[in-house]
Amino acid sequence: MNCFDIENLDLFYRDFQALKDVNISIPTNEITAFIGPSGCGKSTLLKTMNRMNDLIEGCKIEGTVKLFEENIYENMDVSLLRKRVGMVFQKPNPFPMSIYDNIAFGPRTHGVKKRYDLDELVEQSLKKAAIWDEVKDRLKKPALGLSGGQQQRLCIARALAVNPEVLLLDEPTSALDPISTGKIEELLLTLKGKYSIIIVTHNMQQAARISDRTAFFLLGEMVEYGQTEQMFAMPHNKRTEDYITGRFG
Amino acid sequence: MERTQLIEKLMHAVFFIAACASIFAVGLICIFLFANGLPALKEIGVGDFLLGKSWKPSDTPPTFGILPMIVGSLYVTAGALIIGVPMGILTAVFLAKSCPPRMYRLAKPATNLLAGIPSVVYGFFGMSAIVPLTGNSILSACILLGIMILPTVIAISESALRAVPAQYYEGALALGAGHYRSIFRVVLPAAKSGVLAAAVLGIGRAIGETMAVIMVAGNQARMPVSMFKGIRTMTANIVIEMGYASGLHRDALIATGVVLFVFILIINLSFSALTRRKG
Ligand SMILES: Nc1ncnc2c1ncn2[C@@H]1O[C@H](COP(=O)(O)OP(=O)(O)OP(=O)(O)O)[C@@H](O)[C@H]1O
Ligand SMILES: [Mg+2]
Repeated sequence: MNCFDIENLDLFYRDFQALKDVNISIPTNEITAFIGPSGCGKSTLLKTMNRMNDLIEGCKIEGTVKLFEENIYENMDVSLLRKRVGMVFQKPNPFPMSIYDNIAFGPRTHGVKKRYDLDELVEQSLKKAAIWDEVKDRLKKPALGLSGGQQQRLCIARALAVNPEVLLLDEPTSALDPISTGKIEELLLTLKGKYSIIIVTHNMQQAARISDRTAFFLLGEMVEYGQTEQMFAMPHNKRTEDYITGRFG
Repeated sequence: MERTQLIEKLMHAVFFIAACASIFAVGLICIFLFANGLPALKEIGVGDFLLGKSWKPSDTPPTFGILPMIVGSLYVTAGALIIGVPMGILTAVFLAKSCPPRMYRLAKPATNLLAGIPSVVYGFFGMSAIVPLTGNSILSACILLGIMILPTVIAISESALRAVPAQYYEGALALGAGHYRSIFRVVLPAAKSGVLAAAVLGIGRAIGETMAVIMVAGNQARMPVSMFKGIRTMTANIVIEMGYASGLHRDALIATGVVLFVFILIINLSFSALTRRKG
């Protein structure tokens, strides 16, 4: 079963074609990594999957993007789509409010009002994101007082609080130190199985460590896609091999 | 070489003098105000002056209580805030976050123009468009001042909103929040100190405004009776009576200026406290 089925996707920023005929099916409850040199379209593809591209003026999309068989660009409520497909950004972006209110923001947006339910959701989400023990005594304190790594786990908790099916992460550890990075990788491994996770990363070891499948992109094209182990051990494509062995990019 | 160095030195001196001139002016104003106002305050008695409800400078003996004017100034300022701040913030949100570029090219200069209109012109507008509806009253003054503080509130809130990192807005959208929910629940709170600063500057503008207020407020020197009855502000009091006042009466008016000055000082201090905390 796939969470996302993307077919013949072309994406243009005005005249510039950022994605070229991308076809990819992403399995449910696994970790899929997108790798490739800077500017190859990884973030663009990710933003296509929760329609954050809608914000960009002049962005035009052709082809189909299906979430569990439903075309997300036809008759789908964007708000509902983004509830089902959560996103974590490269730079941790907790809102300038308390830890509690950060987590409660999503549920409140989608109609959870009762204090008791919110308390429960906040606790559960923070526990899932493995940060509960660090913040349980300071839920009313500003989230911006947390360290970068904690902020990023808070953002993951915030995304989990609306109970998504898919989690998109765009280089979630590139602004973090190795220890915080390790914690996030560990966290993602505990989340897989319950959530379909798609992660963009520049870190080849990271892709190899945590992902089940890897897709390699180059200049807007998907060059190769397959089981991570197989791809790192024996890439089919010469360009993939050059990239993962560090010969360019 | 010599010549350019000389010019550099000369320019430096010019700038220095220019800077000193404004500091000097502030100093002079302070000295003048306090030198003339404080003796009057002493003679009338601070309590009787600030808390006295009767202002009858031509009675024998005269009474100089400015409480009605202090209350009047506070009333019209508060009213102006209630009207002008929400409207200004909503306008700023629209300009910063929703305005199509073509409309922005029209709307932005229009709000700037609002700031440049002389207050007499506002006064005329108030006399012909507001007074017929609400009379020479507190309410008229509030509405007019509310409009007059708009450009200040709009300009400062707009730049505060623009300074909020886009990642907050995007983060809220990515959780499924709509455009306006993201703005009002995340972006606007993030710009809180800037928006507060805008309100504080608005207070400064409203409390110091004179001409437009005189033209619509009725100017009765008495404690406020109702929103639909007239009132006199501190500024109006000074302008209306300064022309013929002499002796203690004149000094009492200057002392009114001292009180106004202290108000403005407090407002400015809170403004810089607010903007400093942000940076
Ligand atoms: N808003 C935009 N307008 C125009 N072009 C854009 C826009 N965003 C991205 N692009 C272009 O699209 C291409 C793909 O960008 P994208 O951000 O998806 O790359 P990426 O693979 O995520 O790179 P990185 O690894 O540096 O994050 C780049 O050439 C980029 O310049
Ligand atoms: Mg990117």
